Amino acid sequence: MEKKTPLYDTHVKYGGSIVEFGGFLLPVQYETGIKKEHMAVRTQCGLFDVSHMGEILVQGPKALDYLNYVLTNDFNGMKDGRARYSPMCNENGGTVDDLIVYKRGDNDYFVVVNAANKDKDYAWMKDKEAEGVEVTDVSDQYGQLALQGPKAQEILEKLVPADMIPAGYYTANFEGEINGIPCIISRTGYTGEDGFEIYMAADKAPEFWETLMEAGKEEDLIPCGLGARDTLRLEASMPLYGHEMNDEISPKTAGLGFAVKMDKPEFIGKEAMEAAMPLKEKRVGLKAVSRGILREHCEVFNDGKLVGHTTSGTFMPYLGGSYAMAILDADQTEVGNKLQVVVRGRSIDVEVVPLPFYKRDQK
Amino acid sequence: MIDPKELKYTKTHEWVRYEGDAAFVGISDYAQHALGDLVFVNLPEPGDEVEAGEPFGDVESVKAVSDLFSPVSGEVLEINEELLDAPQLINEQPYEAWFIKVGGITGEEEMMDAESYDAFCEEEEGNE
Repeated sequence: MEKKTPLYDTHVKYGGSIVEFGGFLLPVQYETGIKKEHMAVRTQCGLFDVSHMGEILVQGPKALDYLNYVLTNDFNGMKDGRARYSPMCNENGGTVDDLIVYKRGDNDYFVVVNAANKDKDYAWMKDKEAEGVEVTDVSDQYGQLALQGPKAQEILEKLVPADMIPAGYYTANFEGEINGIPCIISRTGYTGEDGFEIYMAADKAPEFWETLMEAGKEEDLIPCGLGARDTLRLEASMPLYGHEMNDEISPKTAGLGFAVKMDKPEFIGKEAMEAAMPLKEKRVGLKAVSRGILREHCEVFNDGKLVGHTTSGTFMPYLGGSYAMAILDADQTEVGNKLQVVVRGRSIDVEVVPLPFYKRDQK
Repeated sequence: MIDPKELKYTKTHEWVRYEGDAAFVGISDYAQHALGDLVFVNLPEPGDEVEAGEPFGDVESVKAVSDLFSPVSGEVLEINEELLDAPQLINEQPYEAWFIKVGGITGEEEMMDAESYDAFCEEEEGNE
């Protein structure tokens, strides 16, 4: 049985085409269509319902030790309001999920996980609970909206005083308030643009949506669906669980080594990842140089020899052209390497290109 | 958009326009709207055989690929190269954006006139 986010009726009202995703009914696009929604985020601003994401609290005097053991990143030295991205691994070095950890205060952490993995993550994290740590699933209490694009700050400044808006990327204000309703304002996102993710009590989500849409009228704020969410993150080369990493693909193979702190004394998956060095496979970016659109789960060849497979692929509305991310044998990953991807029986010429495909400062 | 009366329509939402013995094939307004923004077209080559009811190519939107089904059996005389570089024309002018011109026609799919097709689409919509 699929669940509805608090904004289901709002999406229907705004003309969203509803699909099932991660156990939830959400709009894949609105009447505007994926291309226009994608471009809106790159040039002005878009509003996404991301209430399906899960929220889990990790609290107690041993919370920091727990996070450092269960997750791969290092959570020491965080100021209140700071966010840190981390994979969560199993004993084989494969990835259980990727998530974001916010420090609300000492011994008090707010963890945001992928919707599709929430139940799995919570069961996993609860299983590792020990003396001094309590893990609580609070997903049903929260709604979440993402306001993403170069005009996001301009729009938000109409609703809150400037000093309520977190200034730095990956920081959050847990004492936010819009229309007198408490909320969390986080300077994070999954689009490669500047923007905010705003958390509020689930039943207040529709009011927040309408308030933001009204505030963003001058800036041509439009609602955007899951389709654009995927093309935006892919254009910015951000990994998606289930594609670039999964139970079997380690974060190191997926190119997320920056979030895996091997100098920590101990964490789940450390030994397995150490034993797997040097990496036999790595994530790379591919650009199509002949006609065709690259798709996920396609085989990659070097003159007839199978060297890997694509993990995500599409036509990029902003960059124009088709790009894919792929996991290839380590010796095939040099930038400029010319390969072929077979999509539905047709071969498309590609070239290995640096990641990310798109970076906002280089516009 | 009103479906042109001089065209015939298939259940898979292609239209056919006869000019003499040759048939031009495209997709309907209903189809282009359902598919969303098209970003790529795969077409056969002139000289290829097509068969009524069988796929002759496909169109791609950002998220998905959809087969194009030939309403007629015959030989591809010409393909509309304009669509290869500008697939958005299919969304903008579905009844001008022909994909293939087929000659030597030996068979046809069962087709509807504009009125029956409009009714068919309404029923499809109602069933969604």
